[in-house]
Amino acid sequence: MKSIWTIFKREFVSYFTHPIAYAVIVVFLFLSLVFTFTLGGFLEARDASLTYSFFLYLPLVLMVLVPAVGMKLWTDEQRNGTIELLGTFPISTRSVIFGKFFAAAAVWFIALVLTFPIWITVNWLGDPDNWTILSGYIGAFLVCCTFLAITLLVSAFTRDQVICLVVSAAVCIILVLGTFEPFMQTYSKAIWDWLATSIAAIGVWDHYLSLARGLFRIQDFVWFAAIISACLFGTSAVLSAKRS
Amino acid sequence: MIEVENLTKQFGAKTAVDNLSFKVSPGEVLGFLGPNGAGKSTTMRMVTGFIPPTSGDARLCGISMVDNPTEAKKKVGYLPESAPLYNDMTVIGFLRFCADVRGLSGIAKKDAVDRAIDTCFLASVATQAIDTLSKGYRHRTCLAQSLLHDPEILILDEPTDGLDPNQKYEIRQLIRRLGQTKTVLFSTHILEEVEAACSRAVIVDRGVIVADGTPAQLLAQSGTGSLYDLFRKVTTRDTAA
Repeated sequence: MKSIWTIFKREFVSYFTHPIAYAVIVVFLFLSLVFTFTLGGFLEARDASLTYSFFLYLPLVLMVLVPAVGMKLWTDEQRNGTIELLGTFPISTRSVIFGKFFAAAAVWFIALVLTFPIWITVNWLGDPDNWTILSGYIGAFLVCCTFLAITLLVSAFTRDQVICLVVSAAVCIILVLGTFEPFMQTYSKAIWDWLATSIAAIGVWDHYLSLARGLFRIQDFVWFAAIISACLFGTSAVLSAKRS
Repeated sequence: MIEVENLTKQFGAKTAVDNLSFKVSPGEVLGFLGPNGAGKSTTMRMVTGFIPPTSGDARLCGISMVDNPTEAKKKVGYLPESAPLYNDMTVIGFLRFCADVRGLSGIAKKDAVDRAIDTCFLASVATQAIDTLSKGYRHRTCLAQSLLHDPEILILDEPTDGLDPNQKYEIRQLIRRLGQTKTVLFSTHILEEVEAACSRAVIVDRGVIVADGTPAQLLAQSGTGSLYDLFRKVTTRDTAA
């Protein structure tokens, strides 16, 4: 436990001694608001809930920006050789993986918290269901964690940050766009119904949007937990396979 | 005490370390010599627990690195080849982080960091960012990291590589001094270092020990009184097939 905290502290501080966390957070706030006011039709909708104005388009921003935060986690260790220090310290690889994962997740937690002006705005202008909004934020945070876990796994394979960014962003983009409503409508006509439903269940939207609408369904949490734990476990397996 | 027993490492079809066995006792400084690619770093990486051996074992103060790696790693301070560091940290920040990882806290942590900074002459750069350091300081910072928890065993992979003559001299003096109380294993391909710092040396070639003895014994074995001649006699050149 203590070693997870030690690794967490180092990684978290490192995000804020580099420009990377600031850059990603600023770009994220800007893009998420751009989507809210354009595609989301925040002003025209006259709807105080944030579900279809703010939350709906978040995965489109997150699928590219989340890998940018996670890409350095193992690539840097492998390029600088510091992985050899970590590997000879009396701590388990598992606690290093958790420490790194939590540090990157904390950066996204801060990024999401910093979108609070939009929450204040809807409360000022109308009377939204704040529990639904909280549920939407939980969904958005789980999407961030899922994409981070994918990035962490990809970063274990390579020492090159650019390769890690491109590959993990590609995986996240497939997960997001593959089941994006307008896209699905096009190709679902060409395939069997059961296949279309199965594909939708694998994608992000089905699980994320149910949370954004304020539904707490067990299968959504299982979906997020399954992908995250599979990726973290995979990271550990890749790292030990690379050493032997 | 380091006991290496029948250590073997194969990468695919290539045998990097072949059934290697040796022992280093407390108060002994063992120089690990050999041409590039002889298996020195691979051996050290197995002894420190970074990579698992294909077969065999390394015991550190009697604790098996294969069966009980977490406990065994606590006994060792390790300076990897090329002295890797976190470039975004300051020297003192990095040493504090390493002390945390080693489970030190409070006064013990502060004392350990201060002592390591003193021992490795880092006081003048303690608050400087690591990516602004010269090679000598980088090496010493990584060396300081290996001394933090006052380990019984020190394993140093080419500790003087890339340093200027003054720095080399200082590091050799340090190794000698530390070797009086600790078990030290260090690799080098600078042959003067054997006489300057080691109480015993082994020469490895293609993963096998080809010579073993005190500097005086090795000089006698060479026949010509020169370690260079012995080294060239017992090792294969990489130009040879």
